[in-house]
Amino acid sequence: MVAEIGLFALILALLTAFVQGVFPLIGASRGDTALMRLAQPAALVQFVLIALAFGCLTFAHATSDFSILNVVENSHTSKPFAYKISGVWGNHEGSMLLWVLILAGFGAMLAGIKPRSLATLRVRAIAIQGIVATAFLSFIVFTSNPFARMFPAPADGMDLNPLLQDPGLAIHPPFLYLGYVGFSVTFAYAIAGLLEGRIDSDWARAVRPWALVAWVFLTIGIALGSWWAYYELGWGGFWAWDPVENASFMPWLAGTAFLHSVRVLEKRDALKVLTVFLAILAFSLSLIGTFLVRSGILTSVHAFAVDPARGVFILIILAATIGGSLMLFALRAPSLTSSTSFAPVSREGAIVFNNVLLVAACATVFVGTFYPLFVDITSGERISVGAPYFNATFLPLMAISLLILAPAATLAWKRGRLSLAMSRLWPALVVAGAVFLLAAWMNWPKPIAAAFGAGLAAWAGVGAIADLLVRIKAFGSPISDSWRRFMGLPLSYTGMTIAHTGLAIVALGVIGAGVWRSEDIKYLQTGDKIFAGAYEAVLTDVREGRGPNYVSEMAVFRIEKNGKFLREMASERRFYPIRGMQTTEAGIWTTIAGDLYLTLGESSSNQGWAVRAYFNPFVLWLWIGSGLMALGGIVAASDAPRLLERRRKLNQSAATLAVEA
Amino acid sequence: MARLFYLLPLSLFLLLGIYFAAGLTRDPSLIPSVLLNKPAPSFDLLPIEGYEDGFSSQDLSDEVTLVNIFASWCISCQIEHPMLMELAAQGDIPVMGINWKDKPGDGSAWLKRHGDPYTLIGDDANGRTAIDFGVTGAPETFVIDKNGRIRYKQVGPITPQIWRDILKPMVEDLRDADVENFSGSDDVLDGNHTDNGPGTSS
Repeated sequence: MVAEIGLFALILALLTAFVQGVFPLIGASRGDTALMRLAQPAALVQFVLIALAFGCLTFAHATSDFSILNVVENSHTSKPFAYKISGVWGNHEGSMLLWVLILAGFGAMLAGIKPRSLATLRVRAIAIQGIVATAFLSFIVFTSNPFARMFPAPADGMDLNPLLQDPGLAIHPPFLYLGYVGFSVTFAYAIAGLLEGRIDSDWARAVRPWALVAWVFLTIGIALGSWWAYYELGWGGFWAWDPVENASFMPWLAGTAFLHSVRVLEKRDALKVLTVFLAILAFSLSLIGTFLVRSGILTSVHAFAVDPARGVFILIILAATIGGSLMLFALRAPSLTSSTSFAPVSREGAIVFNNVLLVAACATVFVGTFYPLFVDITSGERISVGAPYFNATFLPLMAISLLILAPAATLAWKRGRLSLAMSRLWPALVVAGAVFLLAAWMNWPKPIAAAFGAGLAAWAGVGAIADLLVRIKAFGSPISDSWRRFMGLPLSYTGMTIAHTGLAIVALGVIGAGVWRSEDIKYLQTGDKIFAGAYEAVLTDVREGRGPNYVSEMAVFRIEKNGKFLREMASERRFYPIRGMQTTEAGIWTTIAGDLYLTLGESSSNQGWAVRAYFNPFVLWLWIGSGLMALGGIVAASDAPRLLERRRKLNQSAATLAVEA
Repeated sequence: MARLFYLLPLSLFLLLGIYFAAGLTRDPSLIPSVLLNKPAPSFDLLPIEGYEDGFSSQDLSDEVTLVNIFASWCISCQIEHPMLMELAAQGDIPVMGINWKDKPGDGSAWLKRHGDPYTLIGDDANGRTAIDFGVTGAPETFVIDKNGRIRYKQVGPITPQIWRDILKPMVEDLRDADVENFSGSDDVLDGNHTDNGPGTSS
């Protein structure tokens, strides 16, 4: 019964989305308000229907309803309840349903704010959301029905992929989707703006909060995914340039570039073409990222079940959405003219330069991700592109970005002075130099480039904070004064400073965990020790254990430093008999200086157990820095309601003035 | 001229679309299918320590056979082992073993401890034969038909469910059907759950 209700709700949602997509668009072009009024209720109804369908699938998973194929394939009665719930989106059909649920959620929010407004820009944006939803709902209904029945119902299910039975993985896809799909609003506004031929400061003000929200979610999602890979996959790394990771990173880079350029559009009414293009690019890359992994075009550890029929359908949707919007861009963008020109040494000049870097970085990731496909199709050879390529192309671009970050933020709009920047930033230069020398000395003879990178990160981070301190006159005026000034700073500036500091901290984490790590692998008998960084791990015991749906081997270590006992750590290997899969549960001890990371490998009858030990410096900084970046985004976005309110009042007073006149 | 500039993204995307479309025609599970429906590689393996008979490709004829890659250092093999023991007890299908990259004595000690389900065992200490079979990790099991051709590769342990749902029906089909007309399935389970050999990344 639940399955039928769910499927029926999905079909109704598809019809509603079609109405939402087509009629308001016609209405907006003809000035027919009756048709335009359809947009808002349709968006809300569509959301309610999809939420109902999602609820049905969740209910089926929670109650282990094995008459539904999706539950059979991804659940098991012995699975912990939380993973029964996360199992809803731990598979192709369910994750698609979550995707459209979030899409409809953003559509409903867009429709719910200022419900009576019939501004054609907003109505068109809601309609574009409807069109996107129509495409993906038909994909679900026609090729990926999550409610397919299985008859006869088996006694038990096949269990969720054990790699996915983990808190990090249970929550990171929803965040990633909130990020990916959040860019659909930016995209919808871009298309609506192109249709109207109006991309200006008002447009920028309407779009920026949505883009910030999407960016914050995407930032958190990527960080969570990286955190999951770090402690669950058991290889001690946090980023592997895997196609799926790249798929989430490319929209992030494009989205970051968009956030910078939309700010220029808002302030200076310039960079229209670039901003619109980045809005289309960010969402297009989100689509490519979400769906390419499902089509079988790229294969990866993360890939869902592969089905050629789905692949063709996805390709058609991508061609229509991305191709269609780029076609519109080619037709309409030439007529977008900017009212202002600007000087190279100015905030906007620096932002343009930064965006060139970000787009170039995005392109290098794109080429690296798809190069194996290009080569395979062109010459039939199978190759893979690994970390060396990405390190050689992506990292230098990021280094330049870090170099200009602090001075750029000190520059004024319109025309900046570099001398002012330097007068504010000399403390950052001193700190950066000290960090560089210290890093080079401590890690000699490791690559000097890493020490240089650490110096750059310090320059960017300390520079961002130094600029803030100068602005609030932190030195030479009473603290209460400075605090008042701090509270009086525009939230967009405060958010930017927090995010930039976060970026610098992430950069230090990347250098620490990526370059300065130390690693050892050995066969250990109980009583033997292995070294990692300054620590020694002594294997004291290996026990066999049993969980709800797995059996495990657990190694217990005693951690010592200079012969002094510090603590005990455990590392586990689990085997999930139902799926026939094995996972590693690394033992991790996190400190601010770095992580001690132990994994248990195979055993050999006469040599003992294979144990890997890593010391990964500054890993914690990755998570702290990512958190700060997200916080910065939230702070900047929280300015939006206040600005909208102020604008409304301005309009009102203008209107009263007009009436009085 | 300026117009052409704005068409650039669209043209690049169309080019990309062509590649994606071509990409759809690829078989992502290509690596396992290379050997599928081809004769098993020829090999002649020595016996493992304490055994008299080795195992060679000559032994693969006239009968549907399972060839199992195992090693004493491989935990998943240990988990799979009871299933193989059960198959051996039923005596329904010969199970041949290839002892992969084990130290002399380790394989036979392991079999002494856990029981020996194999009809014949060959010692592949240097892993050459496993390379010819395209083995990526242990355990892996190959279904060989009456004509000595590889029909299926099971990556990871054979669980009772895999035996019941995939391997057993396939073995029965291969026994009954006219071998020439049988079209082998390309489905191969994903290979994330095997040990990749001592000392390599997992």
